[in-house]
Amino acid sequence: MQKKDRLNIYIIGVGGQGIGLLSEVLIRAADYAGLNLRGVDTHGLAQRGGTVQSHLRLGEGIHSPLIQKNKADLVISLERTEALRGINNYLKHKGTIIYYNTSWQTLDVRLRNKKEVQAKDIIKAAQKKEAELIEVYKDDLKEARMQNVVVLGEIAKRKMVPQIKREDYLKAIDDLMKGEKLKNNISLFKAILD
Amino acid sequence: MKSMGKMLLKNQGFSEIVIGNTALVRAMIESKTRVITSYPGSPMPETAEAIKSIKKENRPFYFEFSTNEKVATEIAFGAAINGHLSTVFFKSVGLNVAADSFVQLPLMKIKGGMVVVVGDDPGANSSQNEQDNRHYAHLSYMPVFEPSDPQEVYEYYKIAAEQSQKREMPVLLRLSTHVCHAKQKVHFKAYKEITFDNSPKFFSHSENHIPITSKVFPMKKRALNRLEKLKDYANQTNLNQLVDNGNKDKGVITAGLPYLSLRDVLEDIENPPDILKLGVVYPLPERPIKKFLQEHKEIKILEELDNVLEKEIKVIAFDNNIKTKIIGKQDLEDWVNEYTPYKVKKVMQKTWPKIFKLEPEVENLMEVENRPAQLCPGCGHRSAFYVIKQVLSENDITVADIGCHTLGFLPPYEMGEVLLSMGHSTSTGTGLSLFNKERKVVSFLGDSTMFHAGLPGIVNAVYNDHNITLIIMENGTTAMTGHQNHPASGSNFNKKIKPVKIREILKGMGVESIYETDTYAQSKLKKIIKKAINEEGFSVVIASHPCMLKFTREARKNNNFKNNKVIIDQDICEQIHECVEEFGCPSFSIKENGEVNVNKDLCIGDGSCIQTCPVNAINIKRTEGGIK
Repeated sequence: MQKKDRLNIYIIGVGGQGIGLLSEVLIRAADYAGLNLRGVDTHGLAQRGGTVQSHLRLGEGIHSPLIQKNKADLVISLERTEALRGINNYLKHKGTIIYYNTSWQTLDVRLRNKKEVQAKDIIKAAQKKEAELIEVYKDDLKEARMQNVVVLGEIAKRKMVPQIKREDYLKAIDDLMKGEKLKNNISLFKAILD
Repeated sequence: MKSMGKMLLKNQGFSEIVIGNTALVRAMIESKTRVITSYPGSPMPETAEAIKSIKKENRPFYFEFSTNEKVATEIAFGAAINGHLSTVFFKSVGLNVAADSFVQLPLMKIKGGMVVVVGDDPGANSSQNEQDNRHYAHLSYMPVFEPSDPQEVYEYYKIAAEQSQKREMPVLLRLSTHVCHAKQKVHFKAYKEITFDNSPKFFSHSENHIPITSKVFPMKKRALNRLEKLKDYANQTNLNQLVDNGNKDKGVITAGLPYLSLRDVLEDIENPPDILKLGVVYPLPERPIKKFLQEHKEIKILEELDNVLEKEIKVIAFDNNIKTKIIGKQDLEDWVNEYTPYKVKKVMQKTWPKIFKLEPEVENLMEVENRPAQLCPGCGHRSAFYVIKQVLSENDITVADIGCHTLGFLPPYEMGEVLLSMGHSTSTGTGLSLFNKERKVVSFLGDSTMFHAGLPGIVNAVYNDHNITLIIMENGTTAMTGHQNHPASGSNFNKKIKPVKIREILKGMGVESIYETDTYAQSKLKKIIKKAINEEGFSVVIASHPCMLKFTREARKNNNFKNNKVIIDQDICEQIHECVEEFGCPSFSIKENGEVNVNKDLCIGDGSCIQTCPVNAINIKRTEGGIK
C-alpha cells in the first residue's frame, strides 16, 4: 500500500458512549480486510463522563499509534460538542467528519458559563476546513448505547474505509459480542447498511 | 465471540490484535511466570482483565490483587526467593508505595527471577504526576528494559524474565500509558505447559537475606557487579536498534514510545538523521552509544520526561573525549507531557529548525471547553457532597483523597481542596487542624484506598487524639480503575470471602465516634455530619452507597435493569435550578430559556435527585416493561 492509501481515523465521544467498542470493531474489520494497523484508546478517567478518544491508523509504514494534530482523514464523533473538538484538533484540511447528533451537555454549559454547541457550529467548522460533513441521527433508536452501531452502519454503507467490506465488519462484530447483544447489534447494523 | 482466555493459553503460535497489557500476559505465560501480583491503577489494570479472562483453574500461575503495591511487591519477592519466577505490576506512582521494599530487591539473590512491571504515565492521563521511574532503577541498581509497542512488550518481558532468572536479579520493565494501551497485531510464539516444581527453594543457611550493618556492603557490591555484567549483555543485545539513514552528520538517540513518534515525524524529512533506539536503558549500552556518537557530528537525545539518558550519555562522551555536539533538553517545555508525534515534531523543530518545519497553526472558529471526568449519574458521592457542602461553612477545610470522589473538587461541589497521594487525607487533615480553632477540617477517603494506605493515618488520629472528621466514601469497590474488589467487597480476585467490616476495623483501631448511613438518605446524612463535625476529637462518618455504574452494568448483564427515568414536571418547575446548579447530576440539561430537561441517554432512574427539588417538580417515570 502506498502512503496515499493510508488512513488516519480519529474517534471521539464521551465516556459511556461505547467509543471503545466502535474502535475495536473498526480495527478488527480493518484486519479482516488485510490492512496493517495500529491504534490506541486514550481514556484516562473515561468511564466518568469525560472526553474519550481513540486513534486508528491504517496502511503500511506507520509507527506511532497516535495521529498528529490536524492529520486525521476521518473524524468520527458520537456527540456534537466532541465533534467540534475533533474537527478543531484532529481533522485535516478537506477531511471527512461523521457525527451522531446528540448532545451531552458539558458542566460549563449546565452551569450556564458556556453556550451549547449547535449543529450549525459543526457545519461552519467543517466548512472552514473544507471538509465533508455527515450528520447521523436515528429517531426511533430505543437504546442510546447503540448509537455507536448506527454510526458504524453509516460508515460501512458509505464505504468510508473503502478497503473494508461488509463481511469484514460482520466478522469483527461477531468477534466481540455474543448472545442477545450480538443479535441486536447485528440486526441494527444490517438495517442501516442494507 | 472470541475468547481471550482461550487465546492466551493456545499451544501453537498465533497472531492477534491486542493491547500491550494483554501481550504482557501471554509473555508471562510463555515465560512460565508462577506468581503474579498487583494493585489496580491505570495504565495497568487491563493486564488483570486479561488474566481474569482465563478461568481460575486453567491459570498456570497464581494471581492476586493485593491490598497495595508494597504488599504485592513483597509477595512476588517472597515467591521468587522460594524459587518461583514472579512478577508484580502497578502504575507509576504505585512504585512510591512499593519503594521501601522495591529498593532492597537488587541487594537480594532472587533465585526464581522477578520482573517488576511499572506503567509510567507521561502526560498524567490518570495520575497525580508524571514521575519518571527510571530514577528508582538508578537509586536501587535495577536494570531497566523499555519496549515501545505491544510486540516489544511481549518480547522484552520474555527477555527480561530470562535475564532475571539467569542472573538471579530483579529487572524492571518500564512501560508507559500508550505502550500499555496501544493496539496492533502481535505475533506470539508457541507455548507448552510444563509441570512445575513446587518444592520450596528458600534456605537461609546458604544465602544471606538480612541486609543489616556491615552485611549490606557485600550485598551492595554484588548488586553493582551484576549491573556491570548486565552491561555486557546490553552492549551486544539486538534490543538496541540502529536505523541507518546514511546520515553522517546527525543522529538521534531515543527509546520507547518517542521512538515511534520520531519515525512518523521523519517521514516527511529529506536526509533524515540516523536513529539509535535503546532497548535497555539502564545500564546503558556504552559500546553502541560510543560508536554512534563518534560517527556523527551532532546528536539529539530525544527522551520523554527527565534527562536521564542525556546526563549519562554526556558522561560517556566526556570520559571518552568525544567532541560530538550533544543536544538534550532545551527548555522546560521539553520536560513536560507525553512525546506524541506532534510533540516530538515541536521538540525536533527546536533542535534542528532548518530540517524540521511546523505547519502554521490554523485558528479555530470556536473553541470548545474541556470536558473533565465527572461523577456518574446516580453516584452516591454526589448525594454526599451535596449534603456536606450544605452543612460546612465556606471557611471550613476539606481534604481530598484518591478515587472517584476526588472529582468532588470540581464545581458545583468544590469539596476536597488539597491532594497528595493515596490515603494521605486523614494525616494531611490532621496537620491542617493544628493550632486551628476557627476552621473545621473534614477529610475524605475511599474504601479501597483506606485499605491501601489509609489505615496508619486513622490510627494516628486516634493515638495522638486529633480533632478532625473523616468521611469514608464507601462504594463497595475500587471504582475509578475499573471496579476491582477490595477487602470489604466480599470477594477477592479468585473467590468469595467474608467481607472485612470497615466499622469493625475502625472500632478495633480505637475510633470511638463512628457514624454510618447510606448517602441517598440525605436528611439523616445531614444530621450525622452536623453532629460529627461539632464533636471534639476524631470522628468518622461512613457515607455509603454502592457504585451505581457497577450496579447498573450488572443489572443490565443480568437482564433486570429497570430502565426508569426521572422527568421534570414543567408545570411545577419554577426554574430554581437546584438540580442543575447545586446537585449537578449530568443527566440534567438546560435550555437557553432556563428550562430544565432530563437527558434520557444518561439518566439511570435512581431518583437520588428527587429530594433535592425545593418544589417537588421531579418525578420518577417508570418505563413500560421496565418493572419486573
